Amino acid sequence: MTVSKFPILTVQDLSVVFPDNNGGLNALDDVSFEVCPQEFICFLGPSGSGKTTLLRILAGLLRPTEGQVHFVRSQQPKIGMVFQQSNLMPWRTVMDNIKLPLELEGMGESKARVRAQEMIELVGLQGFEDNWPRDLSGGMAQRVALARALIHDPDLLLLDEPFGSLDAITRERMWTELSRIWQARQPVTDGPGKTVIMVTHSINESLFLADRVLVLTQRPGRVKLDLKVDLPRPRKEDIRYTPHFGKLARKLREAIE
Amino acid sequence: MTSPTLRNLPRVASKNRHWLGLGSLLLGLFCWWLAARVSGLPAFILPSPSDVWTRFIKALLDGSLFVHTGVTLLEILLGLGTGVFLATVLGYLVAKSRALERALSPYLVASQAVPLVAIAPLLVIWFGPGMFSKMLICALIVFFPVLVNTVVGVRAVPPALHDLMRSLRASRREILIKLEVPAALPVFLGGLRIGATLSVIGAVVGELVGADSGLGFLINVGRGQYDTALVFVAVFTLIALALMLYGFVILLEKKFLNWQER
Ligand SMILES: Nc1ncnc2c1ncn2[C@@H]1O[C@H](COP(=O)(O)OP(=O)(O)OP(=O)(O)O)[C@@H](O)[C@H]1O
Ligand SMILES: [Mg+2]
Repeated sequence: MTVSKFPILTVQDLSVVFPDNNGGLNALDDVSFEVCPQEFICFLGPSGSGKTTLLRILAGLLRPTEGQVHFVRSQQPKIGMVFQQSNLMPWRTVMDNIKLPLELEGMGESKARVRAQEMIELVGLQGFEDNWPRDLSGGMAQRVALARALIHDPDLLLLDEPFGSLDAITRERMWTELSRIWQARQPVTDGPGKTVIMVTHSINESLFLADRVLVLTQRPGRVKLDLKVDLPRPRKEDIRYTPHFGKLARKLREAIE
Repeated sequence: MTSPTLRNLPRVASKNRHWLGLGSLLLGLFCWWLAARVSGLPAFILPSPSDVWTRFIKALLDGSLFVHTGVTLLEILLGLGTGVFLATVLGYLVAKSRALERALSPYLVASQAVPLVAIAPLLVIWFGPGMFSKMLICALIVFFPVLVNTVVGVRAVPPALHDLMRSLRASRREILIKLEVPAALPVFLGGLRIGATLSVIGAVVGELVGADSGLGFLINVGRGQYDTALVFVAVFTLIALALMLYGFVILLEKKFLNWQER
């Protein structure tokens, strides 16, 4: 994967203070970074370090107290988001949940269904089109959420610990699927490409998926380490037993303190 | 051999429950008949089931039952419709605006403290003995439970789903139609169920105070003429109306809330 050197997203001196009883709670402090097109970025940090807050700012759901977010290509990039909980609409079937973003874009019903069916096959949920969310396992629900985040072909994919609630085996399978899907969606020739920003607790997860890992400190969150992950792709499960993986993991572990 | 028997158990039990309901109804009817028989009370105090049945057939044949039921039903439907419409619109606005809630809450609380039965005569004086005053009482009695449930339902929409819609750049209208309405529907229909039953009470209270038609009027007539069987006929018709409205809401719930866990 060739990563262009010109950033598509720049974040400058971002600070967030939530009002509370004693002088405000500082969730993010002076966070700056740049993201290039087609990059897969992981944010790693302890609980409460402001990871979700950061994603909400990038999605335009929250205004930062200070600093700015600048998208180079357009003011409002198309966003796909997977939340910490699968966040499906319980009154919509799997099919109808997945095609929601297309409905909001005004795509015709039959065309939207065809696209949704493709996504359902991509995440391996054939046969569950008409199920209610209540009947899905945690892993299936999270795959529906992933399909919903991808269906409208977003420029920026924001993932908030999407696999946190899954068991270890399902999670590793999802890693492989996610990197496969992400690479399949990059343009063949030179184009803008798709960018992923993912939040996680897990060192292994970040090294398995990311081009770069940014480590946030304990609250207030600051960027403590910006580590380039130069492991070859596609990465298989056993890559974690290579010495280079071990070296990178050690660096991250030390940064997390 | 044990597992098929076990699997059949719940179905057998629910069938039994059906028979239980019917059986207890028949038993009640029998007790009523027995009481009328044994007590020796005259029919204008306690008519027997057969007296009521005869009176029912008579009222049905001379057309009066149809007319009065029609009037009451129309009052109920108009009052229920108006009350639900206003309560839903206002409830939505209150749910969205704390300021509006604070401004309106003294009135809302006070309106709950007013016994509607006590001011029904006032409304009949002001708006006449016709249909309008009944419709108004009906709408007033329906208003509050529907309003409260609308507010609760809209407030309970998960914030994470709001985030989802906003991340997809949904318009306010899309958020209303695709998120808030379906998410608030279970609680809203709960309010409608209460409102539907109350609406019958509202219409009858109005008619009892002063009217020239309707089932409440029929009750007054029956009482005045010592035609107690007619009172019974009117009361049973009212029960049937209430059950019908209730059943209609249950039907709506079955249709629109089929995604919920039973
Ligand atoms: N809307 C809000 N109002 C007030 N405080 C908030 C709000 N959102 C987040 N916070 C606070 O900001 C801090 C960072 O929260 P955030 O959810 O971003 O952490 P996180 O890194 O995602 O944690 P986790 O890994 O547990 O999900 C926390 O202390 C949290 O209590
Ligand atoms: Mg979080």
